[in-house]
Amino acid sequence: MDSNRRDFMKAAAFTAAGIGLLDALPAHAQGAPKRGGTLNFAISAETPHYDAHGSDTFATLHFGSPFHSTLLQFDLANYPKVKADLAVSWEVAGDLMTYTFKLAPNANFHDGSPVTSADVKATYDRMRNPPTGVVSTRKATFEDIDTIETPDPKTVVFKMKAPNPAMLEHFASPWNWIYKASILAGNPNAPRTAIMGSGPFRFGEHVKGSHVSGTRFDGYFKSGQPYLDGFRGVFMTQPAAMMNALQGGQVQAEFRGVSPAERDRIVQVMGNRIRAEESSWTLNLMIVFNTEKKPFDDVRVRRALHLAIDRRGGAVGLARTATLRDAGGLIRPGSPFAMKDEDLLKVPGFGRDMNAARAEARRLLREAGVPNLTFVLHNRNLAQPYTPAGIFVVDQWRQIGVNVEHRQSETSPYLAGMSSGNFDVAIDFSNLFMDEPSLALAKYLSFNRAPENRSRAIDAEMDRLYAAQARERDDKKRFELIRAFEKRALDQAYQVPLLWWHRIVLTHANVMGWQMSPSHNLGQDLSGVWLNA
Amino acid sequence: MAGAVSQPNVVYKARKRRSPLVDFCIAQPLGAVSGVAILVMLFAGIFAEIVAPYDPLNIDFGAMLAAPSPEHVMGTDAFGRDIFSRVIYGARTALTIGFFSSLFGCTLGATIGVASAYFGGRIDMVVQRFIDVILSFPIIVLALVVVAMLGRNQIAGVDVNLIFAIAIPIVPKVARVVRAAALSIREMPYIDAARAAGFSHARIIFRHMVPNVAAPFLIMFTAFIAQAILLEASLSFLGLGVTEPTPAWGLMLSGNASDFYREAPWMILFPGLAISAAVFAFNLFGDSLRDWLDPKFKV
Repeated sequence: MDSNRRDFMKAAAFTAAGIGLLDALPAHAQGAPKRGGTLNFAISAETPHYDAHGSDTFATLHFGSPFHSTLLQFDLANYPKVKADLAVSWEVAGDLMTYTFKLAPNANFHDGSPVTSADVKATYDRMRNPPTGVVSTRKATFEDIDTIETPDPKTVVFKMKAPNPAMLEHFASPWNWIYKASILAGNPNAPRTAIMGSGPFRFGEHVKGSHVSGTRFDGYFKSGQPYLDGFRGVFMTQPAAMMNALQGGQVQAEFRGVSPAERDRIVQVMGNRIRAEESSWTLNLMIVFNTEKKPFDDVRVRRALHLAIDRRGGAVGLARTATLRDAGGLIRPGSPFAMKDEDLLKVPGFGRDMNAARAEARRLLREAGVPNLTFVLHNRNLAQPYTPAGIFVVDQWRQIGVNVEHRQSETSPYLAGMSSGNFDVAIDFSNLFMDEPSLALAKYLSFNRAPENRSRAIDAEMDRLYAAQARERDDKKRFELIRAFEKRALDQAYQVPLLWWHRIVLTHANVMGWQMSPSHNLGQDLSGVWLNA
Repeated sequence: MAGAVSQPNVVYKARKRRSPLVDFCIAQPLGAVSGVAILVMLFAGIFAEIVAPYDPLNIDFGAMLAAPSPEHVMGTDAFGRDIFSRVIYGARTALTIGFFSSLFGCTLGATIGVASAYFGGRIDMVVQRFIDVILSFPIIVLALVVVAMLGRNQIAGVDVNLIFAIAIPIVPKVARVVRAAALSIREMPYIDAARAAGFSHARIIFRHMVPNVAAPFLIMFTAFIAQAILLEASLSFLGLGVTEPTPAWGLMLSGNASDFYREAPWMILFPGLAISAAVFAFNLFGDSLRDWLDPKFKV
C-alpha cells in the first residue's frame, strides 16, 4: 500500500473520529467483558429487504449485520485500518494485482455448514456481476476484480484487472456479507427475503413495523464472542418516541445519530446515565434530479436549482437543530482528498453571494423556458435530517420563484421511487464508510455502471475521470483528477451535494464494547458489545 | 240620526319578528361568542395573505427560537419561521380539512342513514351491522389505517386522501343518528303519499326525507368539524397528516418542537391554544345550535 496514501487516510481518521468525544472510553478501556443480557436498541428506519449487496441504507446494516460476516472489517480503534473477520490472514501482492485470503477454519453458517472459499467466490461474483434480476450497488466497486480462484476450501484468491489502491478497504466494506453459495445457486435473489449468515447472532424474528431480534450463535468463529445473549432492534421512526424510549430505558442505544437538540435534552435529563459520542460523518445529503424527466434533462434547470441553495447559511442554521453540519463538495470536508474551503467558496453554488447566485438561477430558468417551475420533491420521512433538509430546500427554491410540493415517504417506497425513476427531484444520500474517493465518487458514475446513481445520467467523461483517479497512485495527481471529476459533476449538476452530516450517538452508560466511528455503517455486528449490569 | 260613532284609530301592528341570527345570539350567548370565534378563524384563514405579517414558509436562521416580541408576537420556531403567521395559515389548513372532511363524512353518513331507515328490513339490518363493525374501531385507529392505505394525493395543495381518511370514521356515527331521526319520518303520511304517487326511492329519500333530517345533520356537521380538526392535528402530529413545510397546527407540535419546548415553549403553546380554541368553538357552536334548533330544549 502506498505510504503516502496511508498518511492521508490516517489524517482522515483523525479529523473524522477525533472530534468532540464526550465521556467515551475506548472499548478496550471499559474493563473485562461480561456475558449475558439482551441489548435493546432503536433503528430509525426499517430495511426494505434483507440484502446488503443491493442496499445503501443503514437500515439494512443495523438490521442484519449481527447475522453476517465479511472478509475483513474496519478496526475502529485504529480506523481506517482493517482487521480480520472471516479472513484470519491475507496477503497483498506488491503490484496490488493479487489478494489472497485465508478463511477462519472454524467459521460456520448458522445451519452448521462450514464457510468456504466457494461461498466467498459466489458472494463476490454476485456483487461484481449480478445475475439478471439481482441489484448490486457494489458493482462499480468490484469491477476491477478479474478472477476469483478457490485453490482450497479455506483459501480465496482475487486477481485484479488493474491495481486499485483502495481494494483492501473495499474488502472490509460492511455491505459485503458473505452468503452461502448453494443458496445463491438455487435462487440468486434469496438473500432479499431470507437470512443465512455466519455472524455472531442467529436470526430470531422480524415483525414488520415492530422489531428484529437475534440470539447468540454459539458456533461463532471468534472465540468467546458474542457476549450478549441476544438483541432486539426496535423500529422507531418518530424521534420523539425514540428519545422517550431511550430516556425510559425501553431501548439502551440508537447507533445512527441524533440531533444536537435531542442530545442536549437527553443529557440534561439523564446525566451520567447516558453516554454521548460525536464525530464528523462520512455521509452527505444530495439533491438528485431525474435527468430522464423534463425539464430536468436541461442542465440549465438543474444548475439553477443547484445555485439557489445557500449551503453556507443552511449549514449554520441547521447545525443546531439537525444532524447536518458542513457545506462541502463530493468528498467529505476536512478529509485529505476534499476540496479546500477557500477553493470551494469559488465554486458556483457554494459561495456566499446568494443574491448573485439566485439572480443567475432565475436567468437560467427563464432561458430554459420554465420561470415558474413547479415540481414534487421526493423525500424520506425520517425526521433527521431529511425533514429539516426538505423544509430548507423548499424555502431556498421558493426564493427563485420555484413552487415545490414536499412529499415524504417511508424508507421502502422512498427507495423504490428513486430506484424506479418515479420522481422529479429527490433528496438522496451518499452513505459512505470511509474517505476513499473511489467509494465517494462511485455514486456519480453513469447509471448503467452505478445503479445507485438515481439521476439516471450517463456521462462518459465522468466515467473516464473516475477510472483515471482510481488508477492514479500519486496523490497530488489524483487530487487534480478528483477536482476535474468534481467540477464536471457540479457543472452538469445531475446530482449535487447538499450538506454533510455530523454524528452524535447516545448509548446508555452500561452499554460497553461498542465503538464510535465516522460511519454509522461500521461496527454494527455487535460481536464485541456487552452490558455492564 | 244617530251621530257617527267615532272609532279610535287602532292600528294592529304585527309583533316585530327578530331575525333568526339575533334570536340565536340572545338565546345562545355562548354559541354567539363561539360563532364569532369561528368567523375570526374563517376570516384569518381566507385572508391569511393579508392578515399574516410574514410568509409562513420563510426561513430566517437569524431569528431562530426568538421569544414573543413586537416583531414576532408568538415568537419563532427552530427554522426562524414566524409562529403567528404559521398559526394563521394553519387555520386555513385546519378549516379546509375540517370543513370538507365533516361535509363529506356527514353527507355520506346522512345518506346511508336515511336510506337504511327508508328501506328497512334486511337492507337496514346489513347496513347497521356494517356500521357496528366500523364503529367498533377507535376513530384515530381507523383514520390511521385509511391514511396508511391511501397514501397522499394532493390536489390544489390539499391532501384529498387525508380528507377522505378523516371523513370515513365520521360516516357511521352520522348514519346511526340520522337513521334514528329518519325512522320516525318514514312513518309520516306524506311519505306514504309519495310512495302511493309512485315516486322513485331516490326522490323520496332526497326530496322528502333528507330535508327533514337537516337539523341533526347541521348540528353533527358543526360538531364533526371540531373532531376533524382534532383528528387532522393528531395525524399530522404522528407524521401521517399534512407534511412540512405546510403550516398546520398539529404539525407545529411535532418535529423538533419536543426538543425545544423547554427553551422555546411558545413553539407548542400557541399551536396548542389554536387547536383548543378551534375545537372548543366548534363544539360550543354545535351544542348551541342543537339547543336552539331542537324544540325539546326550548320547553
